[in-house]
Amino acid sequence: MRYTESAVRIVDELQRYHRQILLPDIGESGQRRLLQSHALIVGGGALGTMIADALARAGVGTLSIVDRDTVELTNLQRQVLYDEDDVAQMIPKAEAAKNKLARINSQVVVHGHVDDFSARNAERYVEGVDVILDGLDNFETRYLLNDVAVKHGLPYVYGGAVGTTGMSFLVLPHPQCRAETGRSLVRWSAAQSTPCLRCVFPEAPPPGASPTCDTAGVLGAAVAIIAAHQCAQAIKLLTGNLDKVDRSLLSIDVWLNQQRTLDISGARDSDDCPCCVRGDWAYLQGRAGGAVTTLCGRDAVQITPGPDGSQPKRLDLAAMAAKLSPHGSFTQNAYLMHGRFSNERSANGEPVELTLFPDGRAIIKGTDDLGTARSIYAKYIGA
Amino acid sequence: MRITVNGESIGLEDRYTVLDLIERYHLADQPCAVEINRQLVPKAHHREHRLTEGDEVEIVTLVGGG
Repeated sequence: MRYTESAVRIVDELQRYHRQILLPDIGESGQRRLLQSHALIVGGGALGTMIADALARAGVGTLSIVDRDTVELTNLQRQVLYDEDDVAQMIPKAEAAKNKLARINSQVVVHGHVDDFSARNAERYVEGVDVILDGLDNFETRYLLNDVAVKHGLPYVYGGAVGTTGMSFLVLPHPQCRAETGRSLVRWSAAQSTPCLRCVFPEAPPPGASPTCDTAGVLGAAVAIIAAHQCAQAIKLLTGNLDKVDRSLLSIDVWLNQQRTLDISGARDSDDCPCCVRGDWAYLQGRAGGAVTTLCGRDAVQITPGPDGSQPKRLDLAAMAAKLSPHGSFTQNAYLMHGRFSNERSANGEPVELTLFPDGRAIIKGTDDLGTARSIYAKYIGA
Repeated sequence: MRITVNGESIGLEDRYTVLDLIERYHLADQPCAVEINRQLVPKAHHREHRLTEGDEVEIVTLVGGG
């Protein structure tokens, strides 16, 4: 039997995926679909790097990764695509991830975007993608991601992990509110759609109410389970196995050996969801979520939490100062909490200063970069 | 009455609502998904939904890190 040159090339192209092609629901046709797919990974932290690693190895043909941070030493405990050289050279995560993934699988095209994913650029980043995977570190951007997924009719795989716990579920937006014709190769009917993030959790928590990986810690193993669950759903979607996707919400605690699956199928019917029933994309339109502004000439950025969320909450400043004590020296009075980070430095090497008010407003001094300030806020206060 | 919350049996006075239960666990400012006897109770109904003897309740809070 003689092979043409192109046939030989194709055989070689698929060879590395042999063990995956053996799976009856994937096969060669499923593998080819994967190679034609484009996945957007928002956030290049622990979840994002584990997802990107798995999808690049699985042969998802195009990966876009958006992240605003650079690699830090404390990332290496769980963020699988980075190494000590990246820390020493202060490489942006999106670039470091792209470089590593190119060495893992040169067949995959990787776009690394060093950017703050926000309402300003969200719609540009989802253009032409087939599935969106959540590798974020804050609630506000997740609600934005949910808005843009519903508007563009794109599958969104939510994932979150902190401490030893994690949660994941798939959003297949109801076509009722689709305003843009996404070109996703994943197709589903209204009957196959699933509730969106806001159907299940109508409001994001107020700033400071929830633990973050930087204040409460995180076990890499908890993140790994969630990232694997997200990837499994994405691969099922992209290979045309819609009937096999998990339609329930997965919640795990790897330390307490607890695993819960919640049937969320009824969440949309009974609730008047602002996002996927009414099409009110408050996060995407910049009406929810916080405002971030540079304070001119002061090398500082002010972050004001958004009007959305539950009733205005007064932050417990003493508790917040205690929570931040491992990261610097912080004191509070009746009006504000103030202090310096020991591990966050400005461009000229001075410690970054944080002033936090009871309504969640913060002034971060030592940067005039909005993304850097949002990153610090998300890490230490939680948004 | 006795109910089960995340696998743990607890005793409650009568007329306890889902919202009361959320407050008991200090989760009022967290986004919570509550399932009772394998049926999700939407947030809009947390205030009026009364718990009954033997209910099996699962409460999960939205996880934000990653």
